[in-house]
Amino acid sequence: MKRIGIDVGGTNTDAVLIDGETVLDAVKLPTTSDVMQGVVNAIGSVMARQPGGASPVDAVMIGTTHFTNAVVERARLERVGAIRIAMPAGASLPPMVDWPDDLREAVDPMSFMVEGGHEYDGRPLVPLDREAVREAAMRIRDAGIRSVGITALFSPLTTECETEAADIVRSVIPQARITLSHTLGRIGLLERENVTLLNAALQGLGEGTVDAFAEALRESGIHAPFYLTQNDGTVVLARVAAANPVYSFASGPTNSMRGAAFLTGLKEAMVVDVGGTTSDIGCLVGGFPREANNVVEVGGVRTLFRMPDLLPMALGGGTIIDLDKGTIGPRSVGYRITSEALVFGGSTLTTTDVAVAAGLVEIGDRDRVRHLDRGVVRDLLKRIEVMVEDNVDRMKTSAEGVRLIAVGGGSFLIPERLKGASEVLRVEHAGVANALGAAMAQVSGEVDQVFSGMGRDAALAEAVKIARERAMEAGARPSSIVTLEAEDIPIAYLPGDARRVRVRVVGDISFSRTSKAA
Amino acid sequence: MIRDFAADEIDPLAIGAWILGTGGGGSPYLAQLNLKKLYRDGRRCKLIDPLALDDGDAVAVVSKMGAPLVGQERLVDPAHLARAVRLMEEYTGKPFRAVMSVEIGGGNALSPFLAGAVLDIPVVDADAMGRAYPEAQMTSFAIGDLQMYPLTLVDCRDNEAIVARAASWKWMERISRKICTEVGSTSATCKAPRTGKEVKEWGVLHTVTKATSLGRAVLGARAAHADPVAAVLDHEGGVELFRGKVVDVDRTTTGGFLRGAAKIEGLDGDRGSTLELSFQNEWAVAFRDGAPIAMTPDLICLLDTVSGEAIGTETVRYGQRVTAVALPAPAVLQTPKGLEHVGPRAFGYDIEFKSVFAS
Repeated sequence: MKRIGIDVGGTNTDAVLIDGETVLDAVKLPTTSDVMQGVVNAIGSVMARQPGGASPVDAVMIGTTHFTNAVVERARLERVGAIRIAMPAGASLPPMVDWPDDLREAVDPMSFMVEGGHEYDGRPLVPLDREAVREAAMRIRDAGIRSVGITALFSPLTTECETEAADIVRSVIPQARITLSHTLGRIGLLERENVTLLNAALQGLGEGTVDAFAEALRESGIHAPFYLTQNDGTVVLARVAAANPVYSFASGPTNSMRGAAFLTGLKEAMVVDVGGTTSDIGCLVGGFPREANNVVEVGGVRTLFRMPDLLPMALGGGTIIDLDKGTIGPRSVGYRITSEALVFGGSTLTTTDVAVAAGLVEIGDRDRVRHLDRGVVRDLLKRIEVMVEDNVDRMKTSAEGVRLIAVGGGSFLIPERLKGASEVLRVEHAGVANALGAAMAQVSGEVDQVFSGMGRDAALAEAVKIARERAMEAGARPSSIVTLEAEDIPIAYLPGDARRVRVRVVGDISFSRTSKAA
Repeated sequence: MIRDFAADEIDPLAIGAWILGTGGGGSPYLAQLNLKKLYRDGRRCKLIDPLALDDGDAVAVVSKMGAPLVGQERLVDPAHLARAVRLMEEYTGKPFRAVMSVEIGGGNALSPFLAGAVLDIPVVDADAMGRAYPEAQMTSFAIGDLQMYPLTLVDCRDNEAIVARAASWKWMERISRKICTEVGSTSATCKAPRTGKEVKEWGVLHTVTKATSLGRAVLGARAAHADPVAAVLDHEGGVELFRGKVVDVDRTTTGGFLRGAAKIEGLDGDRGSTLELSFQNEWAVAFRDGAPIAMTPDLICLLDTVSGEAIGTETVRYGQRVTAVALPAPAVLQTPKGLEHVGPRAFGYDIEFKSVFAS
């Protein structure tokens, strides 16, 4: 089965064309301001080098760091209306109470806490204050906000208040994009609300991004199904993925770590993936990213996602250096590196310029950075080294040196020798590890429904069976399917030992040419 | 002795309390957020040594009561805890000298701080369990046969209840639990007021200091890249029970409690074995391949193998890599009378108590 894997970073767009497990071609090109052109260029580039009459592409898998970069950089976020339906409970802890100040300011939410929500047993806490919801919606509308996140008390068990509030909001703001917390999260009001509001702040970006990808594929003459990669290393159809950008948060690092394992053959190692805007450090355990336990922070926000245990650093090839203030980052020139970095004739000093000045890499025009003071360059590189060392150190679980695989377009920023690392590995195609990981992404099958009239074991077994069938329909090879999560919440107020069961299985895409991707 | 409780003690206290919560008591996170917010707003708490209390001082015993899972949704509001204390003062007509926690384990370690910050009265460096337990009769005060009434209970909707009298600690538990369940399995309560003398005689003393110092040990180990699990064992004189990966969690919420069991498949030295941790809000008994190896009142704690962070019965999830440890229980819980209240039989297990630490 022939697939294109694409990774759209803030700085570079990478593409690989693979057949089975064979890499046919790989390219790395700058991301363009309209995103689409970079994808068109990358696809055009890998397809152009294929012999005429070659079999068509079966699927395209795209991974993007767009959404997480927006959160990390506190940029391109949409202002949101936050409606929490839980009063009089939780009054002392309003929405976004545990967000970092700068992120809360960037999203600049208009928050409302209204009466309503349910108890765990399905009784209303107090009646939903519909008037208050309507009033909130009107004020949100008047402020020109289009993205709304609604979180109600115990909504994972009783969705009524959220759906009713959504209807009210839609009647006031017909074009509203609404995120309902029960579609994203589970029990844990603050964490679920956090994810809901992050998602709301990113939805506009999600839609725009997927539209642009679709356009790019059309323009490239590709008519295969197209997927976005998710946090857990699986893919879902792009149109479905667009509504929930938070599910794609960690896809970039997940892909690059799986790609790094594939490229080095190492199953146990630390991976640092240096992009243009940020770097992520993670650990490979048995060839897969080590998962974070419990609470996962995204841009400093507490969530209950299942995600790889990653430590992000605001360090990438496009990271802006301000010599006056003496700061490295956190902002990046991103895809504008090819016009704004000094070596490309621009006027912004970036980490790439410093690396070129020091002779670590040959990019652009070195003459343009000759004026940089050597002492300053040395000092900056030393600070970057310390930054990387500190972060590698934070991810370590023992004092012993670890093998560190450096991947990503900015991997030249990682020194050859690093305190705390037994060796630093670089490999061929390391620059396109995430595109490779995306191309190798697995498919999943998911079940999230209420089962009743059977015992817990029977309900779980039934759910797993359905999830497996769905994974196979999506193209998974039956023998490769493993259960990623299986959990249930008893629903006390329904008869017949009712429980909400959530099961997620994943499997490799079947390489047999006769199978069809969904 | 009375001293300021510093802002930088909040995090260590929360970490230590969560470990001593033995899986229950609810995560201190929400209480921690509230307390930090109160400190940001200029409120401060004072910590008073129980030995500095006068025999006649009135001490309020506050706690958030209910199922931890519910608490994660309904959140925690200092105003309600403070209201429960005020309601008790209104009922008894006697002002409180200080406020203390019923359990140092979990979120309730911070409950008296929330009430104390709002009401501006000091917090006593003691509790009545030295850990966390789900029921009223499972306290050192109950073991000491102290008076179990009155009790005040408030919820977020302006419902307030007073249990004026109860025939026994179990009756107090049954009646107050019923009210708690009725208002949604979460409420703020002020238990039977204690005198300074009773606290000194029957309280588990200096547990705030102990939890804070345990939290500091974990933070210190993390910063030094030492093993935080080992730091917990060192600090408390505990033993490691099992290391593995969570493969199943079975939960039911009945009668306001979270009951069930977590199954852990062995890794490293425990490969090939399975540990089943059964719980009733807190971890109660650990069965290794079917045989009980640790049980209440020994503290059974489930820790994240890497970070040493405690994992609660409501947050334990499939796939987590965990280490189960046992820590010694306060002496009062291990007396024959204590075991009647909190031994395995009190939780419905027909097992004779045998401490992990018995020589």
